[in-house]
Amino acid sequence: MATTTFNTTTAIAVENISKQFVLRHTRSIKEAVVWLAKGRKGDLVEKFFALDNVSIDIKQGETVALLGLNGSGKSTLLKHISGVMLPDSGSVHTRGRVAGLIEVGAGFHQDLSGRDNVYLNGAILGMTEEEINDRFNSILEFSEIGQFIDTEVKFYSSGMYLRLAFSVAVHTDPEVFLVDEILAVGDEPFQKKCLKKIKELAEAGKTLVVVSHDLDVVSKICSRGILLDHGHVVFDGPIHEAVGVLRGK
Amino acid sequence: MSSNVDSLVKPGLGGGLGDVFRSRFLLKLLVRKELKVRYRGSVLGLLWSYVKPGVQFIVFYIALGVFLGLEKSPRNPGGLPNYAVYLFSGIVLINFFTEALGNAARSIVGNGGLIKKIYLPRELFPVASVWVSAVHFFPQLVVLVAACFVAGWHPNVIQLGAAVCGFIIVALLATGLGLLFGAINVYFRDSENFVDMLLMIATWASPVMYASTMVQSKLGEGWYNVYQTNPITIAVEAFHYTFWLPTTDGSAGIPPHLLSFWIPLGIVVSIAVLLLGQLTFRRLEGRFAQEL
Repeated sequence: MATTTFNTTTAIAVENISKQFVLRHTRSIKEAVVWLAKGRKGDLVEKFFALDNVSIDIKQGETVALLGLNGSGKSTLLKHISGVMLPDSGSVHTRGRVAGLIEVGAGFHQDLSGRDNVYLNGAILGMTEEEINDRFNSILEFSEIGQFIDTEVKFYSSGMYLRLAFSVAVHTDPEVFLVDEILAVGDEPFQKKCLKKIKELAEAGKTLVVVSHDLDVVSKICSRGILLDHGHVVFDGPIHEAVGVLRGK
Repeated sequence: MSSNVDSLVKPGLGGGLGDVFRSRFLLKLLVRKELKVRYRGSVLGLLWSYVKPGVQFIVFYIALGVFLGLEKSPRNPGGLPNYAVYLFSGIVLINFFTEALGNAARSIVGNGGLIKKIYLPRELFPVASVWVSAVHFFPQLVVLVAACFVAGWHPNVIQLGAAVCGFIIVALLATGLGLLFGAINVYFRDSENFVDMLLMIATWASPVMYASTMVQSKLGEGWYNVYQTNPITIAVEAFHYTFWLPTTDGSAGIPPHLLSFWIPLGIVVSIAVLLLGQLTFRRLEGRFAQEL
């Protein structure tokens, strides 16, 4: 794979990234000082590779599922694409605004009203004030929250909470969408609505990167599957083959 | 944003404090959130921002001004005239610093849930903490000004400018130290305890309760100059110069060269601390998401 020249249609270019995590965190200066005093013997922390030399090239408009068992590095990879984490080595490049539907509601505050949270979360996801004003009614309508919009979200049911959060996220209108385990949102009608919305986004030419354990759902949404295992890419190809490989394990 | 559409960019590499300016809408919402959430469920609400410093002032005034004899009175001619104004003008500034730095140092760990999941300029959180403290500082300033007028305040423009400089020095210093200790706190939670200790020292290492002339007579000229390089000391003295000096006959002590040397020095030191904080923060923020 070429290292510096990218196709103009590349949306996400991940090149040879590696990421090490520590298993045991030292949280006090005392331990660090003791370690230094002992002449830095041994590792202060145990490490393991969450991602080991991963390279992926995703074109604009592609719908990609990141598959793998728990701890295979899917979410870590997604965090590198969103910029939350930086790789130890290698590089990540993205084109256009990237929005993460990563654990929806991360930016919600329990003591604020639904309306305040729409603004706060919208701004956190990179929307401007005008964009949120313009789309507010659309967000409200999609979420089906109705009159509860001015109630503090701590009084919301978990379904209402997720519906509002999902609704804000899909209205950010990014070029690249990162979706992490949020397809189990709300009741079944709302789930269908979400899936329909995500399909619409894909048809509108948005790039989608989806992490999910629901293989049936990702088979419907995505065309390409990337299978990760212990930080390595073990398969990269059409979604049905990827699902087959994962199921065959 | 539109310029990014055509080019590949590396995610997660922010532009530091410049990004905070570009996301000022988000900053505004974060500050508004803090202000709404702070006194939730309390009967007095924002009034607490008056009550707490008010009580603090009364306690200090009685203990220090009356019992320890810092207030000038017919029986105590060596004391400070208008000690109440002297004390309160220092307290409001120290309160601003204490609240700003204390909250900024905890802001990164406190917002860990968000920082772990969504990329946004992380400098926003310490800056928002300082901003919120500035909003709480304002009502105290109003009380101070009212008290000054009662005591016969008649400031000139230069004196008002000195207060603005004092405020800026403290705001920059709190932001810089907030970035520094906020980032370190992610790795070592000792940081926030260290900050608490530092804030206790800061309260007493500046002439808030006592007069700087007392320090001068005890320490001698050399050490006194060292004492004076503390930006908080300079800012507190700038506040005394603005709010307290015009209410007295002007004979009491304000350090020489305050305007020509110390205030510019305070601004320079604060900017240096801000740069140091920003550099440290940039170095450490790459691993925030995995350490939190």
